[in-house]
Amino acid sequence: MNVVDEIKKVSKMIYEKVKKEEKPTIETPIRSLSNVEYDIKEGYFKLLSKTKERTLSATTIKTFAQTLRMMALSKNLVETEDVATKREAYYVSKNWGDARFKEQPESDTVMDDVEAMLMVNREQIGFIPEEKGGDIAGDLTVIDIDSESGKELKIDCTKFGSGAYSIPSSVEHLKFETKAKFILAVETAGMFQRLVKHKYWKKSNSILISMGGVPTRACRRFIRRLSDEMKLPVYVFTDGDPYGFLNIYRTLKVGSGNAAHINKYFCVPQAKFIGVTPLDIEEYKLPTHPLKDVDVKRLKDGIKNDPFVQEHKEWQNALLKMIKMKVRAEQQAFAAHHLNFVIDTYLPDKIKNPKKWLP
Amino acid sequence: MSQTTLGDSKPKHSTKADEMATKQRDISVAAFFEKNRHLLGFDNPRKALLTTIKEGVDNSLDACEEANILPELIVEIIELSENRFRVIMEDNGPGIVKEQVPKIFARLLYGSKFHKLAQSRGQQGIGISASVMYGHLTTGKPAKITSKIGPNHPAHYYELHIDTDKNKPIISKDEEKEWNHKDHGTRVELDLEGSYNKGKQSVDQYIKETAITNPHCTIIYTNPKAEQIIFARATDTMPEKAKEIQPHPYGIELGMLIRMIASTETRTLQSFLTTEFSRVGAGTAKEICEHAKLLPQTKPRSINREMAEKIMMGIKKTKIISPPTDCISPITEELLEKGLRKEINAEFYTAVTRPPAVYRGNPFVIEVGIAYGGDQPGDKPVSLMRYANRVPLQYSQGAGAVAKAVSATKWKSYGLQQSGSNIPTGPMTIAVHIASVWVPFTSESKEAIASYPEILKEMKLAIQECGRKLGSYVNKKKKVGFELKKRGYIEKYIPHVSQALIELLGLKDSEEESLNDHLKEILEEQRGKVEEVGKIDNPDFDEEFANIGKEDPEDEEEDLEEENERS
Repeated sequence: MNVVDEIKKVSKMIYEKVKKEEKPTIETPIRSLSNVEYDIKEGYFKLLSKTKERTLSATTIKTFAQTLRMMALSKNLVETEDVATKREAYYVSKNWGDARFKEQPESDTVMDDVEAMLMVNREQIGFIPEEKGGDIAGDLTVIDIDSESGKELKIDCTKFGSGAYSIPSSVEHLKFETKAKFILAVETAGMFQRLVKHKYWKKSNSILISMGGVPTRACRRFIRRLSDEMKLPVYVFTDGDPYGFLNIYRTLKVGSGNAAHINKYFCVPQAKFIGVTPLDIEEYKLPTHPLKDVDVKRLKDGIKNDPFVQEHKEWQNALLKMIKMKVRAEQQAFAAHHLNFVIDTYLPDKIKNPKKWLP
Repeated sequence: MSQTTLGDSKPKHSTKADEMATKQRDISVAAFFEKNRHLLGFDNPRKALLTTIKEGVDNSLDACEEANILPELIVEIIELSENRFRVIMEDNGPGIVKEQVPKIFARLLYGSKFHKLAQSRGQQGIGISASVMYGHLTTGKPAKITSKIGPNHPAHYYELHIDTDKNKPIISKDEEKEWNHKDHGTRVELDLEGSYNKGKQSVDQYIKETAITNPHCTIIYTNPKAEQIIFARATDTMPEKAKEIQPHPYGIELGMLIRMIASTETRTLQSFLTTEFSRVGAGTAKEICEHAKLLPQTKPRSINREMAEKIMMGIKKTKIISPPTDCISPITEELLEKGLRKEINAEFYTAVTRPPAVYRGNPFVIEVGIAYGGDQPGDKPVSLMRYANRVPLQYSQGAGAVAKAVSATKWKSYGLQQSGSNIPTGPMTIAVHIASVWVPFTSESKEAIASYPEILKEMKLAIQECGRKLGSYVNKKKKVGFELKKRGYIEKYIPHVSQALIELLGLKDSEEESLNDHLKEILEEQRGKVEEVGKIDNPDFDEEFANIGKEDPEDEEEDLEEENERS
């Protein structure tokens, strides 16, 4: 699909309406969990058909103008084969006089709307994310292309010492070589460093990925491609709290409600959750923190509204258990036993015992 | 050790009281006021100048109106030295007969207005003679009076001052004079200690406000800076002539009743009541007598104090209809609003004339005018303009019934700011006029109106009536302002929609205008037309006129200080 044609098609429709002095509308899919369904066969959140119509009126004219301006910027980027980061797009708007964005979240929202309206990934309309995709260490060779020579560039992820390889913002062109047995995606940079320092990837014959919170689209896509192409299982290891379950793991596995139109490519349905589960907190007698009201609310909301949780009884039980326990635990809490307990005991035990995982 | 015995050296019959008795004697009214001149409005040089001019102008206007002459006044102030001024006031009134001149100008409490109940500016017969006294006191110079009563009469010229001990005129010159350019009229020339300033409490302001409330008079005014301002009459119609009425029984007090009984020529109590009072017919008179347990045939001469008191009781017990109110001549809503338009450049004006009401047997009418918005500052207390029988009141603004009535009104519901029961804040001027056969001032200097409950009530009602009109205007303005803001918002973003479309579809720049027009049509079509509100459209406003009496900000501060000291 040609993005520029699509942009022009939408613009033309608006233009015709204006010339007839009829109120033009812009239709975008609703970007929330209420507008997705969990397709368990395909393994990700599929976009439903609910849309919001932005009809031109006194109250919507500013956003209307900004959306059109954003579309024009995108068209320009695609036509000149250039890209702009989300932050740069925000700064470009500063030239738009009264229609400029005050803060970046405003421009991000409009950008997400345009992306969803055109049903494309934002890279396809010339916008790239600011953040890095995530860090890699372990038995993996990434084959990239040198931008100057156009030649293949082999990157050996075992040779970064105490550092790591960073996932680029666009991963579609990458190829892989590996002999590892699995991929371990961890939430925090702290845990990743401990595992790298003690070469856990070597001991366990794995590829380590640090997600740094909710995985970026690039990170999700990277894991998906790596897993698909190398036929590797994906294990996810996060903090034992609502954010780790419902934001980090859920998004990695089945995608998000916010950018549901691209979930198909940006999900890792084969991912499994190994910990920290509520049961782990009990069984490993982990030091805990009390749940805050917002945490409890988040858990209840997940049980009630998250199509993924609704499909998996195990997850419902786990969340209910946490509500009852009224506590959460961080993945670094294993250090209470001894610093390398997580490497020596927890991870090997957990990976050997699929019954203790969550789907 | 010295021995002392009380009363030793004094004769036995000489007590302290006897000693004191030698110092006790009559105090003349004039001597009293000489010492208490603040009671008459001569507290400071600045006020003295204003009071003198005010008294002169009040008298001239009263005289002209009574004689049915369209007033033409000449007022001139000449600066003789830094604190000494000559005031010349001349009118085209009926003039004063020769014998009366000395008494009118050089005897306190002598006048024609005190004993009669009719709407007039002067009341007590103190004003101009007090000025003569004050002038003589501060400069030693007599007042120079010229008066002529008709084309075939000679003009009389007097130089006189007051013997303050005896409250009697001392005439130092008395002669006939040629005064050919006038058929009739009076001219007063006074030297006095004073001080001339601009500002809210200035002579300039007084003359201007007088011209506003008396559109039938012409005033040619020359201030000490030799600036001559001619306030030409705006109408040739005299205000409705104020009628004299007899006192209403409800307004009478015992002492006054006894005096009236002593001086009446009637033969019976009943006829005394029917002829000397308003609204008392034979039936009412009989009822009063019955309640007083006195025979209607009682001879007035035989009525003593106790009987008079019974009559007072009788009056109280009897239902008597209110006094006639056609004796009051209001400024009228139209002229009050017109006056405000001339003085203040505002967006919204309204005025209300209340129907006549009665306090203590005296009929009165309250009128209120409001000028809102425009050039007026929004962050200061609203300004008050007060008038009593068309005379502007410039001092003691925070005192009296007007300030009370304005403070007691809930201005928030009319869209103004107000903290507690204070004068509200906002871009507004409120003019309040009381017209009455007897205006109850809180003091002889006639600065503030006494807060009789009936007067307060009428003022509040009039203010509320204006306030409601103001409120609906302010609300409309808010609504329209909101709508205009929204439209401004629309117009701000329309070009962006057009420009984006041009860029997206590669259209010609020349299409922008037609796109803008289409978008405007789409967005504003169903919003309807906006009424124009808040525009200042006031052809009556005369900036030069409005600036008369205005002053530098520094002076204004002094003004406030002075007011503060007073209160």
